[in-house]
Amino acid sequence: MTIARHILVALVEDRPGVLNRVSSLLRRRNFNIDSIAVGHTEQPNLSRMTIVVEGDDAKVEQVRKQLDKVVDVVKIVDITSNESVARELALVKVKATASSRSEIIQIVDIFRSNIVDVSSDSVMVEVTGDEEKVNSLLDLLRGFGIREIARTGRIALTRGGAGPLQVEESREVKVPKQAPKAASSEAESPPDW
Amino acid sequence: MKKTGAQILCESLVREGVEVIFGFPGGSVLPLYDTFPQYPKIRHILVRHEQGAAHAADSYARVTGKAGVCLATSGPGATNLVTGIANACLDSSPMVAITGQVARPFIGKDAFQEIDITGITLPITKHNYLVLDANDIARVVKEAFYIAQNGRPGPVLIDIPRDVFQQEATFTYPERVNLPGYKPTLFGHPAQIKKAAETINAAERPVIIAGRGVIISKAFAELKDLAEKAQIPVVTTLLGIGCFPETHVLSFGWLGMHGMAYANKAVYDSDVLIAIGMRFDDRATGVVSSFAPQARVVHIDIDPAEIGKNVRVDVPIVGDIKNILEVLNQQIVPCEHLDWFNQVDKWREEHPALVIRESEALLPQYVIRQIYEITKGDAIIVTGVGQNQMWSAQFFFYDKPNSLISSGGLGTMGFELPGAIGAKVGRPDDTVWCIAGDGGFQMTVQELATIVQENLAVKIAIINNGYLGMVRQWQQLFYGRRYVHTPLSGPDFVKIAEAYGIPALRVTDKKLVVSAIEKAMNHEGPFLVDFVVEPEENVFPIVPPGAALVEALEMPAPEKVTRSSK
Repeated sequence: MTIARHILVALVEDRPGVLNRVSSLLRRRNFNIDSIAVGHTEQPNLSRMTIVVEGDDAKVEQVRKQLDKVVDVVKIVDITSNESVARELALVKVKATASSRSEIIQIVDIFRSNIVDVSSDSVMVEVTGDEEKVNSLLDLLRGFGIREIARTGRIALTRGGAGPLQVEESREVKVPKQAPKAASSEAESPPDW
Repeated sequence: MKKTGAQILCESLVREGVEVIFGFPGGSVLPLYDTFPQYPKIRHILVRHEQGAAHAADSYARVTGKAGVCLATSGPGATNLVTGIANACLDSSPMVAITGQVARPFIGKDAFQEIDITGITLPITKHNYLVLDANDIARVVKEAFYIAQNGRPGPVLIDIPRDVFQQEATFTYPERVNLPGYKPTLFGHPAQIKKAAETINAAERPVIIAGRGVIISKAFAELKDLAEKAQIPVVTTLLGIGCFPETHVLSFGWLGMHGMAYANKAVYDSDVLIAIGMRFDDRATGVVSSFAPQARVVHIDIDPAEIGKNVRVDVPIVGDIKNILEVLNQQIVPCEHLDWFNQVDKWREEHPALVIRESEALLPQYVIRQIYEITKGDAIIVTGVGQNQMWSAQFFFYDKPNSLISSGGLGTMGFELPGAIGAKVGRPDDTVWCIAGDGGFQMTVQELATIVQENLAVKIAIINNGYLGMVRQWQQLFYGRRYVHTPLSGPDFVKIAEAYGIPALRVTDKKLVVSAIEKAMNHEGPFLVDFVVEPEENVFPIVPPGAALVEALEMPAPEKVTRSSK
């Protein structure tokens, strides 16, 4: 059993308490949530959650199934092994003096990031990218002195045409999960959306 | 036409076919109680503690197969339901719990009797609702009953603020639910069923483990067909007892910690295990690593999350058991499994686990067996939790579904008396025996008043050993016989019963057991018998904690006797 980071994406009803239902279930099953991001989707009344958790495949598959049972969760899939694009956004406030400011701007440029606010003793950097990119920029900026960081946590979409959460096409999509044998494909097969 | 929220709730309950509510009034639900006289179709049973309402509704649901309804006010009323809701959740019992909430302007202000009951019950309900608009009540009730009764059943809680009961709204009852996030799978995947059939047809030493799912799905005939067609021994779980007649030649009792040694042995040695509507609970499997080590496991369950949760599964089939077995049975090749039956029958002869030992003393097992003899097995037995529960499961033979009502998953002492109330209300024409321990009985003894007020002819047997017996047994076997806080004094149960208005008898002599049971049966109303039994009698077999199923200690067990598996 290898412990790995999993990205679960869920379509949920846009109702009060849904985030609580999802996060409390993860807590109950003893999962530490790396990040959780919630936002609106292309469909009214539905929100999308991107949940990053660590655990072995079987445990994550178990919790995915438990989450799927939450009535407000319309659909949830593990896209860890799918080709996908994952991004997060970070805002970083860095100490900046007149002498260090230009060096910071150079680094920010290399990372194709933006300076979004400047004051006499600091700059605010906005960076978007995968986790690695955000982390390496933060490493470089650390030398200047970081005052504050705000990170959104990951959001992710699978590459190509139909996504596994796309409601009308979900029938065809085979979710590539193999945790406890055929269990997951069995669970996935007949829900008539 | 405009109606109040309270009227809309009642109209909706009537449309869902609700005949009985177990409840207890209070401030927040007063507008609802004030409305009840307009709806004489709904019978309200006043309990003495809300926990009793929840257990009664749970038990009512089990004997009738339709959702039980309990009702409590906000705050303490709601929190008192919690144990009963959790009990229903773990035993997959359909229940709709309705709680009052403080009026909307007071929510979040720590108002008098305000509690976040939807927050509290989040992990112990299938779903719950806080209704903030009377216009939503009808839809919410429709959804609640749908969710509670479909798929894997369970409790749903509806929390309604006092002023929503009073708010006026237009009443139309929805014809169907729209729940994109709740679509239980009902039909098994044909390819998986085919695979299961092939696995079963190739089996040499198959065993069926049938759980409560068979009862919920009402798949009794289909299970019997499967077992008889392929000649497969049927073992049940504790909560599956009754889903297959225990007097049937293919019945091999039930498995688990206190299950029959031959049942555990058959499971251990099987090469194909057909698990139907059960969830491989740790009390049923013993230590998982040595549970049926050679078996290919076919697991049929409606809840996909149960597949592969505790035990590795080779052929999972998700769906309604009745539907699946109907298809599966057509693909089963008749078979006899003669060698296998020779083997399991031999085990059954070698380990006749359930023999009552010779004794002049009043043994608890003897009491249960006499209740079986005198009722001819035609009774609903509602048990507490602990020794009384295990003896009830062992020494009574259950041929009918839902004839044993017991708290399995949560193991709730105090379930017995309110549980018996629910069973009697749900099946008034059946004989209902409440088998209680002297410990558990004292947890919900106040419901004797409910029995009297509603004139419910519940027969109560207290298996009174002056101990918290199961815990004492563990102390004896695994904690060096140090009986720390397990001896307990009880009141004079006969006087207690009489004080409530229930005739009662005390039996201390084995010779008087039969006549006492007969007297209880012949009495028209409720009756209590206090059986003062052998205090240190133990439940055998017992699989020690952390041991494999085949390492059960069998009676008599003066010292630890471990049987090897081969």
